[in-house]
Amino acid sequence: MMFAAAMVAVAITMSLALARALLGPSVYDRILALNVFGTKTVLFIAVAGFLFGRPEFLDIGLVYALINFIGTVAVLKLMHYGELGWIDGAGEHDDL
Amino acid sequence: MTLFADALSWMLLLGGGMFCVISGIGLLRMPDLFTRSHAAGVTDTVGASMILFGLLLQAPDWTVAVRLVLIIGFLILTSPTASHALAQAALGDGYKPLLGSMKPTAGATKARS
Repeated sequence: MMFAAAMVAVAITMSLALARALLGPSVYDRILALNVFGTKTVLFIAVAGFLFGRPEFLDIGLVYALINFIGTVAVLKLMHYGELGWIDGAGEHDDL
Repeated sequence: MTLFADALSWMLLLGGGMFCVISGIGLLRMPDLFTRSHAAGVTDTVGASMILFGLLLQAPDWTVAVRLVLIIGFLILTSPTASHALAQAALGDGYKPLLGSMKPTAGATKARS
């Protein structure tokens, strides 16, 4: 029963984070909201795994945490440098 | 012993859920990007760790516990890095934090009326 309560709390947080993602004036608010949403998804999967008695869900949660972090950093790099890869001809590998 | 572990894990679960909701509300109410990243940080560290520790006490065997410890460790490692990268990128793009002396409208992100 407590798992259901924790899941409801996490679901509420996810909807609040989505609201911030929609409202967010700047793009960085949206990235922040999606980062929070991703972390909440990890928690949601972990608690759901315990609620349904399926410990395999924790692997999914761990993988989701990894991918969420890498996605956030990739989008940040895209926003900051305007380019994920290297522009041909420009200083080669200068931002490594 | 199990009653104590159950009671403790229920409290941790509910406390973690409460912290998550509080940080969700903080995410909406904070006037500026950098204060919002604080609200997001609250949930990434305290809310997530409390819920996952609550689950850890309920773990049936050690394989599940190891996965939970891995998730907790990974979240603790990556969420500060992500918030730092976010603040760095935002500052780099000219978003100034909203200081007390400035009018709310002067900040890069206008305060919601």
